[in-house]
Parts: sequence; C-alpha cells; structure tokens
Amino acid sequence: MFGIIASIIDGVLVGLVYGLAAMGLTLIWGVMDVINLTHGTMIVAGMMALYLISGTLGISPYFTLPPILIGGFFVGFALYWIAVHRMMGRPPLMSLLSTFSVNLVLVGLGTAVWGTALFNVEVSLPGLTIDRYTFPGPHILAAVLAAVIASLLYLFLHYTRLGKALRAVANNREAAELVGIPTTRVLAIAVGCGVALAGVSGMLIGTLFPFTILSGDGYQLKSFVVTVLGGFGNPVGALMGGVALGLLEGAVTPFVPVSWTLVIEFVLFVLVLIAFPGGVFARRGTL
Amino acid sequence: MKRLFPLAFLAAAAFAAPAAQAFAEDTITIGFTYSQTGPLNVDSLGQQRGYEFWRDEVNAAGGIKAGGKSYKVNFVNYDDQSVGGRVQQLYTRLVNQDRAQFLFGPYSSGLTAPAAVISEQYGKIMVASGGAEEKPYMLGNKYLFMVITSASHYLSGAVEALKSKNPHAKVAMVYSDDPFSKTVLTATKQQAEAAGLQVVMDESYAPSTTDFGPIVNKIISSNADAFMGGGHYSDGATLARQMYDQKANMKWVSILVAPGDDKFGELGGAAMGVTVPSQWEVQVSYKPQFGPTTEQFAKAFEDKFHVKADYHSASGYTAGAILQHAIEQANSIEPEKVAAALNATDVTTFFGHIKFATDPGHHGLQTEHEMVLAQWQKVNGKPGRQVVWPDAAKSANLIYPLSASQ
Repeated sequence: MFGIIASIIDGVLVGLVYGLAAMGLTLIWGVMDVINLTHGTMIVAGMMALYLISGTLGISPYFTLPPILIGGFFVGFALYWIAVHRMMGRPPLMSLLSTFSVNLVLVGLGTAVWGTALFNVEVSLPGLTIDRYTFPGPHILAAVLAAVIASLLYLFLHYTRLGKALRAVANNREAAELVGIPTTRVLAIAVGCGVALAGVSGMLIGTLFPFTILSGDGYQLKSFVVTVLGGFGNPVGALMGGVALGLLEGAVTPFVPVSWTLVIEFVLFVLVLIAFPGGVFARRGTL
Repeated sequence: MKRLFPLAFLAAAAFAAPAAQAFAEDTITIGFTYSQTGPLNVDSLGQQRGYEFWRDEVNAAGGIKAGGKSYKVNFVNYDDQSVGGRVQQLYTRLVNQDRAQFLFGPYSSGLTAPAAVISEQYGKIMVASGGAEEKPYMLGNKYLFMVITSASHYLSGAVEALKSKNPHAKVAMVYSDDPFSKTVLTATKQQAEAAGLQVVMDESYAPSTTDFGPIVNKIISSNADAFMGGGHYSDGATLARQMYDQKANMKWVSILVAPGDDKFGELGGAAMGVTVPSQWEVQVSYKPQFGPTTEQFAKAFEDKFHVKADYHSASGYTAGAILQHAIEQANSIEPEKVAAALNATDVTTFFGHIKFATDPGHHGLQTEHEMVLAQWQKVNGKPGRQVVWPDAAKSANLIYPLSASQ
C-alpha cells in the first residue's frame, strides 16, 4: 500500500520540476503568442551548464543555479532578437518555424561538440526512507527549489514594476505601448525569463537523471502537455499542471502495466481538452 | 581542322576507356549508412570506426585479392540521422547511383531491417554488425549476414551466471518497448523460467520515459532481488541511477547496451556491480585464424582513434574482415559466389567464432559467436568493465550480491 503512496509522492516531486520547465514555455506564449521550439534544447543547455560548471569548478551542483539563471536570461534575450523579433505581428507559424530552425542549429552544434554521449552529475544528498521506499535527497531539494522559484516568479509578475509591465503587454500590447511601456524591450525580457526558467529546470533535472544532448525532446513534450493542462499563458496553471501530470504518472503506474501509463495519460489529456478546452487552470490573458 | 577535332576526341576517349575500366575493376565499392546525428550516434560511431579501420588496413596491405587482382576498398556512406525512413532512400541511392558492389549494415535493429529490404531487392550482399533482432533473418533473405550474436541470446549468460549464484532468484524484467529489447527479454524470460528462476515482474515502458521513479517503486513492491532489462542509452543509465538512488537493493542488475559504453562509469556508485551482455571486450582472448589478435586490434585502434575499442568497433571491423575472407575464398566478387563462400564460412577471428545459419528459415543468422557478460567493477581504483562470464573468458570474478561492489 505504501508503495502506491510513495509513487504518488515521487510523481509530485518530479512534477513540480516539470511544472517549472513548463512555466518558461507558457510565459513566452502568454506574453507574445510565440511557441518556443528551442525550449527542450534550452533545458538541455541548463543540464550541460550544470555538468560543465560543477565539473570544472568542483562546486556543489546547486551553486550553479544563479549563473544558469542569469546566463539563461541573456541567452533568451539574444534568442528574441535572433529568432522572434522579426516574426512579431506575422502568422504564428513563422515564429514556430524560426524557433524550430534555431533549435536544429543548436542541436546540430551540440551533437558535433559533445556527440550523444551520456552525462551524469553525481549528487550526494541524504534521502528520506520510509518502509522499503526511499525519496532521494536530490528529488526533494529539486521540488523545493522549483516551488521557491515559481513563487518568486509569481511575486515578480504581480508585485514589481517590470512584472506588471509584462502582464500589461500580455493583456493588450497596443494599450501597453500607448501608456509608455517599451513593449519590444519587455518582449525580449519575457523571452529571457522563459529561457532562464527552462535552463534552471534543466539544471534541476540534471541533478536527478543522467542526460544526453538529445534529452530535451522528452521534456519539451512534457512541457507542452503540462502547459495545455494548465492553460496556455498561465504560469501558475503550468506549475499545477506539472504537479497533476506527476501525480497521474505516480498514481497510474502501480495499477496498470507500465506500457499503458503513457496511453492513459494521453487519454486523460484528450478528455481534459474536451471538458476544458482552455486548460484546467486557464486564465488566458491575465498571465 | 574542325572536322579532325571530334575524331581526335573519339580516339583519345577510346584509348582512355580501357584505362578507366582497369582502374574501376581494381576497386570494390562498399556502401553503408551511419548515424552521425540522432540518438544512435555514439554506438554507430564505434561501428563506423571499425569499418574504416578495416578498410585502411586492407588498403595498406594492397587490397583484397581475388581472381588474380587486388581490389582496393572504397567506401561510400551517408548520415541516416538515426531514422529508419532515411535508410531505405539512402541504401537505394548507394546501390543505384553510387554503384556499391557490397553493403555493410547500419547501426541498430530498427535500421537494419529496412536496409535489408533494399539489399535483398537488388541482390547485394549486406554484412550486418549492429542489428541483433532475428526477424529479418526469418524472411528467406539470401544476401543478409550477421556477424554478431542475435538478440534472443543476449542475456543467456546473465541467466546462467545468476542461477549459479542464486538458483531461487526473483527477477524483475523491465524493458524498453522496442523490437530489440522485447525480443531479448521475451527469450530471457523463457530461459530464466527454464533455469528455475522466478520472474516476478515482466513489463515494458515507452522509450520516451524520462522518470523511472514510480517504476522503481513497483520493482521494490514486487519483492524482486534481481533486475534484467533496459533498452538503449539514456533509459538504461537512468534506470541504473534511479534504482541506486531509491535504494532498490537489487542483488543483481543486468542492463542492455548502456553499460557497454565507457561513459556509463560516470554514474559512479550507481554503475558499480551492474552487468551488461557484450559481443566483445578487450579482455577476451580468442585465437584468430587470420587477422589481428585482440591485443593487436585494441592497441592499433586506440593509437589511430585515441579512444578505446568497444564491441561496436570490433564488430564493425569483423564485418569487413569476414567479407574480405569470403571474397578471397570465392576468388571472385560476384555476389552469388561470395554469398556461397559466406554460407561456408566457419572461422575464428579476434571477435570470436563466426558461422552463419544456412537454412531458409534463419539464413544469415549468426550461430557460433558467443557473448560475454561484463560487470562494472573497480579496476585500479577506477570504474571499469571486467569480463565475468563465461568462466573460460573471465578476467575477474563475478561480484554477487551487487552491494559488495558499491
């Protein structure tokens, strides 16, 4: 019986990290209606940065969080000017294609430099053992950090001048421009924040699982599912969606053959879409 | 003068043609695809290096000798991007446009099967060294030959070794939902049950699975004390890491493919004690009838590529060496004669004993090559693989239970 509870708890812990990753995707969509197809690669970039920084400097993996957050922001800022800015106001397919192209370039460069070899970051953190089941320390800490960062993002969006500007642009870009908000700069900052979140979630995932340069696809797919569950453009919903997905994975696995987990997940996903076309936690336009 | 020019050109062409013809006859073109990009990149690169290493050695020695001529080996190859759909297009191109006379297989079962359709359609011999699934060999193909042990024997050694340590082991089998892994574990389940082991869990997971936490909890709940499974690269490594992190307390862990790569050692404690079926390891010491010994191959390979030889590179080299042997035995490069020579092949190289099934229901399957079981142990204080099974080939004693190695 405790095995089932353990699976659910484990699912929720990892779900919080999935939720954080999806927040990056949904933030960019919420502000500018752009689906960032470099999202998975940015998650992997966070993993690689974790591996390289902690390996080179010999520091605790968790000390890499601030530089990855800041570095991710500047990478996102650059991504806006390279792949998104000229696509603003054009059909959504254009930005989809441009971010897809940048993604292909990045994956190609990554494969050329590192191949698809395996990378692993060893984290020694005591876990919590109850009965025969252990919740690894890195899983608990990653979930806590994901929740803290998500809360900080919420505070940033609702209680800072820049955060309010982001929300204003998301609500009505023309009106925001009319009241003097530099919308182009705000859009670039939004992409910076979105990529920073992707990078940090990648860093946290890198403390949990081994990875390769191609690991991003799986996490990007999860981010899409979580984003749709939570409602496109709603960061808090994305976090809730992540928890819901993790909880579902944890709750379903003990009862059915493992190969059915994905099928059940996506059946429920379709049912949710039918019942709540805008996502379970949808609050479109309010960010 | 204007009238003379075309005549002069024709005369020059007439003299040049025989020379070009003679040069073409002295070259054998072998075509293949490799996964320069995509998820199969690591293992495919090893296989490709094996092919290239063989080609360079043959050409340096004057080429393949047959019918009174020496044939230099020329490769034509393309990146298949690890995608099955690309393989058929590219093998068709290799045959029709690049005029490849012989073919090598791509890496993995998933890519070898579609490539075999093309090689068979055009009657081209294809020697495969990176696809262990049996199905393509049960379709009556005449030109497809495999130098490695087939999938259903991958974990036979692991079952025997585990039985020797614990005849009443309770085994959890959890594996990727792909043709190769399913073939391996379906056969392993039968072998385990026949050996008296108890299979307490038998489930497959989607290849895209990223978190194995709930699955590991399910393994713990099954009361298993031994694990066999995995599939390919990331999933196998993640399973090993999460079983270790979640203290699954397995006494035995056998994982396919992933632990065969040196980078698996990065898992540290999670890698220790994990066993992996391997087609070849640098510790094996077969006495070759021709070609290099294991030591010679391993040293020359490392000198050339500055990486250690693994079983993918050894099997790639062997594909070339066996094709060369067959051409020289046939004393011809005609496909029918070379196929007949391959059917009659019964030799030992540094890679092991090589012989192909000749009955129509299994034609081209490898019948004699044996796998070894390698285990991650501390070698000179660092994580490394040791051959632990069979006894005749072992370089170190098998560590059981697994906790004794961590």
